[in-house]
Amino acid sequence: MLTPEERQEIEAEFPHYPNKRAVCLDAMKVIQRHRGWVSDESLRDLGEILDMTADELDGVATFYNLVFRKPVGRHIVLICDSVSCWIMGYEKLCQRLTSRLEVNLGGTTADERFTILPIVCLGTCDHAPVMMVDNDLYRDVDPDKIDEVIEKYK
Amino acid sequence: METPLTRNIPTNGDGPLNLKGYEKAGGYESLRKALHMPPADVTELVKKANLKGRGGAGFPTGTKWSFVPMGKDAPHPKYLVANADEMEPGTFKDRLLLEGDPHQLIEGMIVAAYAVQADIAYIFLRAEYTLAAERLSKAIAEAYENHHLGKNILGSTYSFEMHLHVSAGRYMCGEETGLLNALEGKRANPRSKPPFPQVSGLWGKPTVVQNVETLCNVPHIVNNGPDWFKSLSHTADGGTKLYGVSGKVKHPGLWELPMGTTIREILEEHAGGMRDGVKFRGLLPGGASTDFLTGEHLDVRMDFTEVQKAGSRMGTGTMIVLDDHTCPVGMLSNLEHFFAQESCGWCTPCWSGLNWAARILGTMEEGRGQPQDLEKLEFQTKFNAPGHTFCALAPGAMEPLQSALKYFREDFERHISEHRCPWK
Repeated sequence: MLTPEERQEIEAEFPHYPNKRAVCLDAMKVIQRHRGWVSDESLRDLGEILDMTADELDGVATFYNLVFRKPVGRHIVLICDSVSCWIMGYEKLCQRLTSRLEVNLGGTTADERFTILPIVCLGTCDHAPVMMVDNDLYRDVDPDKIDEVIEKYK
Repeated sequence: METPLTRNIPTNGDGPLNLKGYEKAGGYESLRKALHMPPADVTELVKKANLKGRGGAGFPTGTKWSFVPMGKDAPHPKYLVANADEMEPGTFKDRLLLEGDPHQLIEGMIVAAYAVQADIAYIFLRAEYTLAAERLSKAIAEAYENHHLGKNILGSTYSFEMHLHVSAGRYMCGEETGLLNALEGKRANPRSKPPFPQVSGLWGKPTVVQNVETLCNVPHIVNNGPDWFKSLSHTADGGTKLYGVSGKVKHPGLWELPMGTTIREILEEHAGGMRDGVKFRGLLPGGASTDFLTGEHLDVRMDFTEVQKAGSRMGTGTMIVLDDHTCPVGMLSNLEHFFAQESCGWCTPCWSGLNWAARILGTMEEGRGQPQDLEKLEFQTKFNAPGHTFCALAPGAMEPLQSALKYFREDFERHISEHRCPWK
Protein backbone atom coordinates (compact mmCIF):
# COMPACT_ATOMS: atom_id res chain seq x y z
CA MET A 1 0.00 0.00 0.00
CA LEU A 2 1.16 3.52 -0.72
CA THR A 3 1.42 5.63 2.43
CA PRO A 4 -0.87 8.65 2.88
CA GLU A 5 2.22 10.81 2.51
CA GLU A 6 3.13 9.23 -0.83
CA ARG A 7 -0.44 9.56 -2.07
CA GLN A 8 -0.51 13.19 -1.06
CA GLU A 9 2.75 13.96 -2.85
CA ILE A 10 1.53 12.16 -5.99
CA GLU A 11 -1.78 13.99 -5.97
CA ALA A 12 0.09 17.28 -5.59
CA GLU A 13 1.46 16.64 -9.11
CA PHE A 14 -1.98 16.38 -10.75
CA PRO A 15 -2.52 20.15 -11.30
CA HIS A 16 0.65 20.30 -13.41
CA TYR A 17 -0.74 18.05 -16.18
CA PRO A 18 -4.01 17.68 -18.09
CA ASN A 19 -4.40 13.98 -17.25
CA LYS A 20 -3.32 11.42 -14.67
CA ARG A 21 -1.15 9.34 -16.95
CA ALA A 22 1.30 12.19 -17.45
CA VAL A 23 1.99 12.13 -13.72
CA CYS A 24 3.31 8.57 -13.79
CA LEU A 25 7.03 9.40 -13.86
CA ASP A 26 6.74 11.99 -11.13
CA ALA A 27 4.72 9.48 -9.13
CA MET A 28 7.34 6.76 -9.53
CA LYS A 29 9.95 9.25 -8.37
CA VAL A 30 7.85 10.02 -5.29
CA ILE A 31 7.78 6.33 -4.45
CA GLN A 32 11.49 6.05 -5.10
CA ARG A 33 12.22 8.99 -2.83
CA HIS A 34 10.45 7.21 0.02
CA ARG A 35 11.47 3.61 -0.62
CA GLY A 36 14.64 3.82 -2.66
CA TRP A 37 13.15 1.82 -5.55
CA VAL A 38 9.88 0.93 -7.26
CA SER A 39 8.61 -2.59 -6.60
CA ASP A 40 5.99 -4.58 -8.54
CA GLU A 41 3.61 -4.00 -5.67
CA SER A 42 4.18 -0.25 -5.78
CA LEU A 43 3.41 -0.25 -9.50
CA ARG A 44 0.13 -2.09 -8.86
CA ASP A 45 -0.83 0.39 -6.14
CA LEU A 46 0.15 3.33 -8.32
CA GLY A 47 -1.85 1.93 -11.24
CA GLU A 48 -5.01 2.16 -9.13
CA ILE A 49 -4.46 5.87 -8.52
CA LEU A 50 -3.55 6.68 -12.13
CA ASP A 51 -6.00 4.32 -13.87
CA MET A 52 -3.14 2.47 -15.53
CA THR A 53 -2.16 -1.18 -15.42
CA ALA A 54 1.04 -2.24 -13.71
CA ASP A 55 2.30 -3.43 -17.11
CA GLU A 56 1.74 -0.04 -18.68
CA LEU A 57 3.63 1.56 -15.83
CA ASP A 58 6.44 -0.96 -16.11
CA GLY A 59 6.71 -0.18 -19.82
CA VAL A 60 7.37 3.43 -18.92
CA ALA A 61 9.58 2.69 -15.91
CA THR A 62 11.97 0.45 -17.83
CA PHE A 63 12.63 3.14 -20.43
CA TYR A 64 14.18 5.57 -17.96
CA ASN A 65 17.68 5.19 -16.57
CA LEU A 66 16.88 6.64 -13.17
CA VAL A 67 13.77 4.67 -12.24
CA PHE A 68 15.06 1.74 -10.20
CA ARG A 69 13.09 -1.50 -10.48
CA LYS A 70 15.45 -3.32 -8.12
CA PRO A 71 16.48 -2.46 -4.56
CA VAL A 72 19.47 -0.13 -4.40
CA GLY A 73 21.90 0.99 -1.69
CA ARG A 74 21.41 3.94 0.65
CA HIS A 75 23.48 6.14 -1.65
CA ILE A 76 23.58 6.18 -5.44
CA VAL A 77 26.93 6.80 -7.11
CA LEU A 78 26.61 7.93 -10.71
CA ILE A 79 29.89 7.82 -12.59
CA CYS A 80 30.01 9.53 -15.98
CA ASP A 81 31.27 7.18 -18.70
CA SER A 82 30.75 9.51 -21.68
CA VAL A 83 33.42 10.69 -24.04
CA SER A 84 35.04 13.69 -22.31
CA CYS A 85 35.29 11.83 -19.01
CA TRP A 86 36.60 8.77 -20.86
CA ILE A 87 39.39 10.89 -22.37
CA MET A 88 40.17 12.43 -18.97
CA GLY A 89 40.44 9.22 -16.99
CA TYR A 90 37.07 7.59 -16.43
CA GLU A 91 38.52 4.08 -16.62
CA LYS A 92 41.00 4.63 -13.81
CA LEU A 93 38.38 6.34 -11.66
CA CYS A 94 35.90 3.54 -12.24
CA GLN A 95 38.46 0.88 -11.47
CA ARG A 96 39.49 2.61 -8.20
CA LEU A 97 35.91 3.08 -7.14
CA THR A 98 34.77 -0.46 -7.85
CA SER A 99 37.80 -2.03 -6.20
CA ARG A 100 37.57 0.30 -3.18
CA LEU A 101 33.90 -0.59 -2.68
CA GLU A 102 34.36 -4.23 -3.76
CA VAL A 103 31.45 -4.15 -6.16
CA ASN A 104 31.02 -4.18 -9.92
CA LEU A 105 29.46 -1.38 -11.92
CA GLY A 106 25.70 -1.77 -11.57
CA GLY A 107 26.00 -3.55 -8.24
CA THR A 108 25.25 -2.76 -4.60
CA THR A 109 27.81 -3.09 -1.81
CA ALA A 110 27.32 -5.94 0.67
CA ASP A 111 26.50 -3.44 3.45
CA GLU A 112 23.89 -1.82 1.17
CA ARG A 113 25.65 1.49 1.55
CA PHE A 114 26.26 2.21 -2.15
CA THR A 115 24.94 1.31 -5.59
CA ILE A 116 27.32 2.31 -8.39
CA LEU A 117 25.86 3.06 -11.80
CA PRO A 118 27.36 4.37 -15.02
CA ILE A 119 25.64 7.53 -16.24
CA VAL A 120 25.65 9.43 -19.53
CA CYS A 121 27.40 12.80 -19.81
CA LEU A 122 26.70 14.91 -16.71
CA GLY A 123 27.24 18.20 -18.52
CA THR A 124 30.35 19.28 -16.62
CA CYS A 125 32.88 18.22 -19.25
CA ASP A 126 35.33 21.05 -18.57
CA HIS A 127 35.84 19.45 -15.14
CA ALA A 128 36.12 15.81 -16.21
CA PRO A 129 36.18 13.24 -14.77
CA VAL A 130 32.89 13.77 -13.00
CA MET A 131 30.65 11.77 -10.70
CA MET A 132 27.63 12.30 -8.48
CA VAL A 133 26.74 10.83 -5.12
CA ASP A 134 23.02 11.28 -4.48
CA ASN A 135 22.42 14.96 -5.32
CA ASP A 136 26.04 16.06 -4.94
CA LEU A 137 28.24 16.69 -7.98
CA TYR A 138 31.99 15.99 -7.80
CA ARG A 139 34.18 17.57 -10.48
CA ASP A 140 37.82 17.01 -11.44
CA VAL A 141 37.74 13.84 -9.37
CA ASP A 142 41.18 12.55 -8.44
CA PRO A 143 41.02 8.73 -8.41
CA ASP A 144 43.67 8.72 -5.67
CA LYS A 145 41.45 10.79 -3.39
CA ILE A 146 38.28 8.77 -3.84
CA ASP A 147 38.20 7.87 -0.15
CA GLU A 148 37.57 11.50 0.80
CA VAL A 149 34.33 11.41 -1.17
CA ILE A 150 33.24 7.95 -0.04
CA GLU A 151 33.72 8.73 3.66
CA LYS A 152 31.13 11.48 3.56
CA TYR A 153 28.34 8.97 3.00
CA LYS A 154 27.43 6.47 5.71
CA MET B 1 32.58 42.71 -26.58
CA GLU B 2 29.03 42.25 -25.35
CA THR B 3 27.99 39.10 -23.53
CA PRO B 4 24.23 39.42 -23.07
CA LEU B 5 23.60 35.77 -22.13
CA THR B 6 26.12 35.57 -19.31
CA ARG B 7 26.36 39.16 -18.05
CA ASN B 8 24.32 38.44 -14.91
CA ILE B 9 26.00 35.16 -14.09
CA PRO B 10 28.22 35.45 -11.02
CA THR B 11 31.75 34.18 -11.58
CA ASN B 12 32.56 34.01 -7.86
CA GLY B 13 30.32 31.04 -7.11
CA ASP B 14 27.44 33.12 -5.73
CA GLY B 15 23.87 32.08 -6.47
CA PRO B 16 21.90 33.66 -9.32
CA LEU B 17 20.05 36.98 -9.15
CA ASN B 18 16.62 36.83 -7.57
CA LEU B 19 13.71 38.49 -9.31
CA LYS B 20 14.37 41.85 -7.68
CA GLY B 21 18.05 41.82 -8.58
CA TYR B 22 17.29 40.61 -12.07
CA GLU B 23 14.81 43.45 -12.64
CA LYS B 24 17.34 45.95 -11.29
CA ALA B 25 19.78 44.70 -13.94
CA GLY B 26 17.19 45.43 -16.63
CA GLY B 27 15.41 42.09 -16.48
CA TYR B 28 11.78 41.61 -17.60
CA GLU B 29 12.00 44.80 -19.69
CA SER B 30 11.50 42.76 -22.86
CA LEU B 31 8.35 41.25 -21.38
CA ARG B 32 6.91 44.69 -20.65
CA LYS B 33 7.80 45.75 -24.17
CA ALA B 34 6.45 42.62 -25.86
CA LEU B 35 3.10 42.80 -24.05
CA HIS B 36 2.47 46.09 -25.86
CA MET B 37 3.27 44.62 -29.27
CA PRO B 38 1.11 42.46 -31.56
CA PRO B 39 2.39 38.86 -31.10
CA ALA B 40 3.29 38.54 -34.80
CA ASP B 41 5.65 41.51 -34.44
CA VAL B 42 7.63 39.66 -31.77
CA THR B 43 8.02 36.68 -34.11
CA GLU B 44 9.06 39.06 -36.87
CA LEU B 45 11.84 40.54 -34.71
CA VAL B 46 13.21 37.08 -33.97
CA LYS B 47 13.04 36.18 -37.67
CA LYS B 48 14.87 39.34 -38.69
CA ALA B 49 17.54 38.76 -36.03
CA ASN B 50 18.30 35.42 -37.72
CA LEU B 51 18.29 33.57 -34.42
CA LYS B 52 18.97 29.89 -35.08
CA GLY B 53 18.18 27.09 -32.65
CA ARG B 54 21.07 26.46 -30.24
CA GLY B 55 20.15 22.87 -29.46
CA GLY B 56 22.24 21.64 -32.36
CA ALA B 57 20.10 21.62 -35.49
CA GLY B 58 20.24 25.37 -36.08
CA PHE B 59 16.68 25.70 -37.38
CA PRO B 60 15.61 29.38 -37.67
CA THR B 61 13.60 30.12 -34.52
CA GLY B 62 11.24 32.77 -35.91
CA THR B 63 10.34 30.51 -38.82
CA LYS B 64 9.50 27.71 -36.41
CA TRP B 65 7.16 30.01 -34.50
CA SER B 66 5.45 31.13 -37.71
CA PHE B 67 4.18 27.56 -38.25
CA VAL B 68 2.01 27.76 -35.12
CA PRO B 69 -1.70 28.25 -35.90
CA MET B 70 -2.77 31.72 -34.79
CA GLY B 71 -6.03 33.64 -34.50
CA LYS B 72 -9.32 32.87 -32.85
CA ASP B 73 -9.79 29.51 -34.55
CA ALA B 74 -6.40 28.19 -33.40
CA PRO B 75 -6.58 25.16 -31.11
CA HIS B 76 -5.90 25.77 -27.41
CA PRO B 77 -4.17 25.22 -25.09
CA LYS B 78 -0.97 25.79 -27.02
CA TYR B 79 2.26 24.75 -25.39
CA LEU B 80 5.82 26.00 -25.15
CA VAL B 81 8.54 23.63 -23.95
CA ALA B 82 12.07 24.56 -22.93
CA ASN B 83 14.34 21.65 -23.75
CA ALA B 84 16.68 21.55 -20.75
CA ASP B 85 17.48 17.86 -21.18
CA GLU B 86 21.14 18.61 -21.91
CA MET B 87 22.67 15.17 -22.41
CA GLU B 88 24.69 15.36 -25.63
CA PRO B 89 28.11 14.00 -24.61
CA GLY B 90 30.62 16.81 -24.30
CA THR B 91 27.94 19.49 -23.89
CA PHE B 92 27.79 21.67 -20.80
CA LYS B 93 26.39 25.03 -21.87
CA ASP B 94 22.73 25.03 -20.81
CA ARG B 95 23.72 24.03 -17.27
CA LEU B 96 25.42 27.43 -16.90
CA LEU B 97 22.34 29.34 -18.08
CA LEU B 98 19.95 27.27 -15.93
CA GLU B 99 22.00 27.52 -12.75
CA GLY B 100 23.40 30.99 -13.37
CA ASP B 101 20.40 33.05 -14.48
CA PRO B 102 17.06 31.21 -14.23
CA HIS B 103 15.00 34.39 -14.65
CA GLN B 104 16.59 35.02 -18.06
CA LEU B 105 15.19 31.67 -19.26
CA ILE B 106 11.78 32.34 -17.70
CA GLU B 107 11.61 35.78 -19.32
CA GLY B 108 12.62 34.33 -22.68
CA MET B 109 9.94 31.67 -22.33
CA ILE B 110 7.16 34.14 -21.50
CA VAL B 111 8.08 36.37 -24.44
CA ALA B 112 8.34 33.39 -26.83
CA ALA B 113 5.04 32.07 -25.52
CA TYR B 114 3.41 35.45 -26.02
CA ALA B 115 4.62 35.50 -29.65
CA VAL B 116 2.86 32.22 -30.42
CA GLN B 117 0.09 32.88 -27.87
CA ALA B 118 0.86 29.75 -25.87
CA ASP B 119 -1.05 29.08 -22.68
CA ILE B 120 1.11 26.58 -20.82
CA ALA B 121 4.85 25.94 -20.60
CA TYR B 122 7.03 23.14 -19.33
CA ILE B 123 10.71 23.28 -18.59
CA PHE B 124 11.88 19.75 -19.39
CA LEU B 125 14.91 19.33 -17.13
CA ARG B 126 17.19 16.32 -16.83
CA ALA B 127 17.11 14.71 -13.40
CA GLU B 128 20.81 15.05 -12.66
CA TYR B 129 20.66 18.87 -12.81
CA THR B 130 19.59 19.07 -9.18
CA LEU B 131 20.94 22.56 -8.50
CA ALA B 132 19.17 23.89 -11.59
CA ALA B 133 15.91 22.28 -10.43
CA GLU B 134 16.17 24.00 -7.07
CA ARG B 135 16.95 27.40 -8.57
CA LEU B 136 14.31 27.18 -11.32
CA SER B 137 11.60 26.18 -8.82
CA LYS B 138 12.45 29.19 -6.71
CA ALA B 139 12.52 31.54 -9.70
CA ILE B 140 9.19 30.27 -11.06
CA ALA B 141 7.59 30.78 -7.63
CA GLU B 142 8.97 34.34 -7.51
CA ALA B 143 7.65 35.03 -11.00
CA TYR B 144 4.16 33.87 -9.97
CA GLU B 145 4.25 36.00 -6.80
CA ASN B 146 5.08 39.07 -8.84
CA HIS B 147 2.48 38.45 -11.58
CA HIS B 148 5.08 37.70 -14.24
CA LEU B 149 3.35 34.34 -14.57
CA GLY B 150 -0.24 33.30 -14.08
CA LYS B 151 -3.41 35.19 -14.90
CA ASN B 152 -3.17 38.65 -16.49
CA ILE B 153 0.60 38.96 -16.58
CA LEU B 154 1.71 42.44 -15.39
CA GLY B 155 -1.87 43.66 -15.67
CA SER B 156 -2.24 42.67 -19.33
CA THR B 157 -4.89 40.42 -20.87
CA TYR B 158 -2.25 37.69 -21.44
CA SER B 159 -2.20 34.68 -19.11
CA PHE B 160 0.42 31.97 -19.05
CA GLU B 161 1.25 29.02 -16.78
CA MET B 162 4.69 27.46 -16.28
CA HIS B 163 5.64 24.07 -14.83
CA LEU B 164 8.97 22.42 -14.15
CA HIS B 165 9.14 18.77 -15.27
CA VAL B 166 12.13 16.87 -13.96
CA SER B 167 12.81 13.86 -16.16
CA ALA B 168 14.11 10.44 -15.14
CA GLY B 169 17.04 10.13 -17.53
CA ARG B 170 17.40 9.01 -21.14
CA TYR B 171 19.19 10.74 -24.03
CA MET B 172 16.18 10.19 -26.32
CA CYS B 173 14.13 12.63 -24.22
CA GLY B 174 16.14 15.46 -25.76
CA GLU B 175 14.80 14.58 -29.22
CA GLU B 176 11.90 16.96 -29.88
CA THR B 177 9.12 14.39 -30.35
CA GLY B 178 10.59 11.90 -27.87
CA LEU B 179 10.45 14.71 -25.35
CA LEU B 180 6.74 15.20 -26.04
CA ASN B 181 6.05 11.52 -25.39
CA ALA B 182 8.10 11.69 -22.19
CA LEU B 183 6.05 14.66 -20.98
CA GLU B 184 2.86 12.73 -21.68
CA GLY B 185 4.11 9.97 -19.37
CA LYS B 186 5.14 7.53 -22.09
CA ARG B 187 8.34 5.93 -23.34
CA ALA B 188 10.33 8.61 -25.16
CA ASN B 189 10.09 7.05 -28.63
CA PRO B 190 10.15 9.53 -31.49
CA ARG B 191 6.99 10.42 -33.43
CA SER B 192 6.83 10.47 -37.19
CA LYS B 193 6.69 13.88 -38.82
CA PRO B 194 4.46 15.36 -40.19
CA PRO B 195 2.48 16.46 -38.33
CA PHE B 196 5.11 18.74 -36.86
CA PRO B 197 4.82 19.62 -33.17
CA GLN B 198 4.04 23.26 -33.99
CA VAL B 199 0.73 21.99 -35.39
CA SER B 200 0.15 18.84 -33.34
CA GLY B 201 2.48 18.35 -30.39
CA LEU B 202 1.76 17.80 -26.69
CA TRP B 203 -1.59 16.05 -26.31
CA GLY B 204 -2.24 16.86 -29.97
CA LYS B 205 -2.06 20.61 -29.46
CA PRO B 206 0.27 23.15 -31.13
CA THR B 207 3.64 23.03 -29.36
CA VAL B 208 6.93 24.85 -29.75
CA VAL B 209 10.03 23.17 -28.34
CA GLN B 210 13.17 25.28 -27.98
CA ASN B 211 16.58 24.78 -26.48
CA VAL B 212 17.46 26.75 -23.34
CA GLU B 213 20.17 28.88 -24.97
CA THR B 214 17.83 29.78 -27.83
CA LEU B 215 15.14 31.03 -25.43
CA CYS B 216 17.68 33.01 -23.39
CA ASN B 217 18.50 35.05 -26.52
CA VAL B 218 14.90 36.17 -27.01
CA PRO B 219 14.70 38.96 -24.37
CA HIS B 220 17.85 40.59 -25.74
CA ILE B 221 16.51 40.60 -29.30
CA VAL B 222 13.26 42.21 -28.19
CA ASN B 223 15.10 44.79 -26.06
CA ASN B 224 17.81 45.76 -28.51
CA GLY B 225 16.47 44.87 -31.94
CA PRO B 226 17.56 42.59 -34.78
CA ASP B 227 20.31 44.87 -36.07
CA TRP B 228 22.04 44.95 -32.69
CA PHE B 229 21.70 41.16 -32.45
CA LYS B 230 23.25 40.64 -35.86
CA SER B 231 26.07 43.05 -35.02
CA LEU B 232 27.16 40.75 -32.16
CA SER B 233 28.14 38.11 -34.68
CA HIS B 234 31.13 37.74 -37.00
CA THR B 235 28.97 36.00 -39.61
CA ALA B 236 25.42 35.90 -40.98
CA ASP B 237 24.00 33.78 -38.11
CA GLY B 238 23.01 36.33 -35.47
CA GLY B 239 24.11 36.75 -31.86
CA THR B 240 26.69 35.40 -29.50
CA LYS B 241 27.29 31.70 -28.83
CA LEU B 242 28.33 29.72 -25.80
CA TYR B 243 31.42 27.80 -26.90
CA GLY B 244 33.06 25.15 -24.79
CA VAL B 245 36.15 22.96 -24.93
CA SER B 246 36.79 19.68 -23.11
CA GLY B 247 39.65 17.21 -23.44
CA LYS B 248 43.38 17.60 -22.84
CA VAL B 249 43.68 21.35 -23.34
CA LYS B 250 45.32 23.67 -20.80
CA HIS B 251 42.12 25.42 -19.71
CA PRO B 252 38.93 23.52 -20.51
CA GLY B 253 35.95 25.83 -20.15
CA LEU B 254 32.96 27.68 -21.54
CA TRP B 255 32.88 31.19 -23.02
CA GLU B 256 30.27 33.48 -24.55
CA LEU B 257 31.83 34.79 -27.77
CA PRO B 258 30.64 36.35 -31.01
CA MET B 259 28.93 33.79 -33.25
CA GLY B 260 31.44 32.79 -35.92
CA THR B 261 34.56 32.92 -33.73
CA THR B 262 37.20 30.67 -35.30
CA ILE B 263 38.00 27.25 -33.91
CA ARG B 264 41.61 28.39 -33.57
CA GLU B 265 40.72 31.35 -31.36
CA ILE B 266 38.51 29.22 -29.11
CA LEU B 267 41.05 26.44 -28.86
CA GLU B 268 44.26 28.46 -28.57
CA GLU B 269 43.28 31.75 -26.93
CA HIS B 270 40.44 30.73 -24.68
CA ALA B 271 41.28 27.09 -23.92
CA GLY B 272 45.01 27.87 -23.83
CA GLY B 273 46.02 25.29 -26.44
CA MET B 274 47.00 21.69 -25.78
CA ARG B 275 48.48 20.56 -22.48
CA ASP B 276 52.25 20.25 -22.47
CA GLY B 277 53.40 16.98 -23.99
CA VAL B 278 50.24 16.20 -25.97
CA LYS B 279 49.48 17.06 -29.57
CA PHE B 280 46.19 18.00 -31.21
CA ARG B 281 44.76 15.44 -33.61
CA GLY B 282 41.18 16.52 -34.17
CA LEU B 283 37.93 17.56 -32.54
CA LEU B 284 34.22 17.05 -32.56
CA PRO B 285 33.00 20.65 -32.94
CA GLY B 286 29.65 20.41 -31.19
CA GLY B 287 29.04 17.31 -29.14
CA ALA B 288 29.24 13.59 -29.80
CA SER B 289 27.02 13.56 -32.88
CA THR B 290 29.13 15.79 -35.11
CA ASP B 291 31.83 14.89 -37.64
CA PHE B 292 35.52 15.21 -36.71
CA LEU B 293 37.44 18.19 -37.93
CA THR B 294 41.24 18.22 -37.99
CA GLY B 295 44.21 20.61 -38.07
CA GLU B 296 43.35 21.83 -41.56
CA HIS B 297 40.03 23.21 -40.24
CA LEU B 298 41.29 25.42 -37.41
CA ASP B 299 40.43 28.64 -39.23
CA VAL B 300 36.83 27.59 -39.79
CA ARG B 301 34.37 29.97 -38.15
CA MET B 302 32.05 28.31 -35.69
CA ASP B 303 28.56 28.97 -37.00
CA PHE B 304 25.89 26.79 -38.55
CA THR B 305 26.86 27.55 -42.15
CA GLU B 306 30.66 27.57 -42.05
CA VAL B 307 31.14 24.37 -40.06
CA GLN B 308 28.79 22.61 -42.45
CA LYS B 309 30.91 23.75 -45.39
CA ALA B 310 33.90 22.13 -43.66
CA GLY B 311 32.03 18.82 -43.57
CA SER B 312 30.67 18.81 -40.04
CA ARG B 313 28.05 20.60 -37.95
CA MET B 314 28.41 23.20 -35.22
CA GLY B 315 25.93 21.20 -33.15
CA THR B 316 25.92 22.49 -29.59
CA GLY B 317 29.17 24.44 -30.04
CA THR B 318 30.96 22.55 -27.28
CA MET B 319 34.08 20.88 -28.69
CA ILE B 320 35.65 17.62 -27.62
CA VAL B 321 39.35 17.46 -28.39
CA LEU B 322 41.16 14.30 -29.46
CA ASP B 323 44.89 14.28 -28.63
CA ASP B 324 47.72 11.98 -29.71
CA HIS B 325 47.78 10.15 -26.36
CA THR B 326 44.16 9.09 -26.81
CA CYS B 327 43.19 6.20 -29.09
CA PRO B 328 40.72 7.28 -31.80
CA VAL B 329 39.29 3.75 -32.01
CA GLY B 330 38.80 3.73 -28.24
CA MET B 331 37.09 7.10 -28.46
CA LEU B 332 34.78 5.82 -31.19
CA SER B 333 34.09 2.70 -29.20
CA ASN B 334 33.04 4.87 -26.25
CA LEU B 335 30.84 7.06 -28.47
CA GLU B 336 29.09 4.21 -30.28
CA HIS B 337 28.55 2.35 -27.02
CA PHE B 338 26.77 5.46 -25.76
CA PHE B 339 24.55 5.74 -28.83
CA ALA B 340 23.74 2.02 -28.89
CA GLN B 341 22.79 2.11 -25.21
CA GLU B 342 20.63 5.21 -25.62
CA SER B 343 18.85 4.03 -28.79
CA CYS B 344 15.17 3.74 -27.89
CA GLY B 345 14.76 0.58 -29.98
CA TRP B 346 11.93 1.99 -32.06
CA CYS B 347 13.44 1.52 -35.53
CA THR B 348 15.64 -1.30 -36.77
CA PRO B 349 18.59 0.46 -38.43
CA CYS B 350 19.27 2.22 -35.13
CA TRP B 351 18.91 -0.51 -32.52
CA SER B 352 20.50 -3.13 -34.69
CA GLY B 353 23.09 -1.06 -36.48
CA LEU B 354 24.40 0.91 -33.54
CA ASN B 355 24.89 -2.21 -31.46
CA TRP B 356 26.67 -3.84 -34.34
CA ALA B 357 28.99 -0.86 -34.79
CA ALA B 358 29.67 -0.63 -31.05
CA ARG B 359 30.56 -4.34 -30.88
CA ILE B 360 32.91 -4.18 -33.84
CA LEU B 361 34.72 -1.22 -32.32
CA GLY B 362 34.90 -2.85 -28.89
CA THR B 363 36.34 -6.02 -30.44
CA MET B 364 38.84 -3.98 -32.44
CA GLU B 365 40.04 -2.24 -29.26
CA GLU B 366 40.65 -5.67 -27.75
CA GLY B 367 42.84 -6.64 -30.69
CA ARG B 368 40.38 -9.02 -32.31
CA GLY B 369 39.43 -6.86 -35.29
CA GLN B 370 39.12 -8.39 -38.78
CA PRO B 371 40.11 -6.75 -42.08
CA GLN B 372 36.46 -6.76 -43.26
CA ASP B 373 35.39 -4.79 -40.16
CA LEU B 374 36.14 -1.47 -41.82
CA GLU B 375 33.74 -2.30 -44.62
CA LYS B 376 31.11 -3.31 -42.09
CA LEU B 377 31.51 -0.03 -40.26
CA GLU B 378 31.26 1.87 -43.52
CA PHE B 379 28.10 -0.05 -44.35
CA GLN B 380 26.61 1.08 -41.03
CA THR B 381 27.33 4.73 -41.78
CA LYS B 382 25.20 4.36 -44.91
CA PHE B 383 22.56 2.07 -43.37
CA ASN B 384 21.95 4.67 -40.64
CA ALA B 385 22.14 7.73 -42.88
CA PRO B 386 19.51 10.47 -42.60
CA GLY B 387 16.18 9.33 -44.01
CA HIS B 388 16.66 5.70 -43.00
CA THR B 389 15.64 6.16 -39.39
CA PHE B 390 12.78 7.72 -37.42
CA CYS B 391 14.86 10.39 -35.74
CA ALA B 392 18.31 11.97 -35.80
CA LEU B 393 19.91 9.76 -33.13
CA ALA B 394 21.43 7.14 -35.43
CA PRO B 395 22.46 9.53 -38.22
CA GLY B 396 24.10 11.64 -35.52
CA ALA B 397 25.88 8.58 -34.17
CA MET B 398 27.34 7.93 -37.61
CA GLU B 399 28.87 11.40 -37.95
CA PRO B 400 31.91 10.85 -35.70
CA LEU B 401 32.30 7.32 -37.12
CA GLN B 402 32.27 8.20 -40.81
CA SER B 403 34.71 11.06 -40.28
CA ALA B 404 37.02 9.00 -38.05
CA LEU B 405 37.17 6.33 -40.76
CA LYS B 406 38.25 9.08 -43.12
CA TYR B 407 40.78 10.97 -40.98
CA PHE B 408 42.13 8.22 -38.70
CA ARG B 409 41.94 5.23 -41.03
CA GLU B 410 45.52 4.20 -40.39
CA ASP B 411 44.79 3.88 -36.69
CA PHE B 412 41.91 1.52 -37.38
CA GLU B 413 44.14 -0.51 -39.74
CA ARG B 414 46.91 -0.74 -37.15
CA HIS B 415 44.48 -2.16 -34.59
CA ILE B 416 43.58 -4.89 -37.04
CA SER B 417 47.04 -5.70 -38.39
CA GLU B 418 48.81 -5.56 -35.00
CA HIS B 419 45.98 -7.40 -33.18
CA ARG B 420 46.13 -4.88 -30.34
CA CYS B 421 45.42 -1.29 -29.43
CA PRO B 422 48.70 0.58 -30.02
CA TRP B 423 47.79 2.99 -27.16
CA LYS B 424 47.57 0.26 -24.52
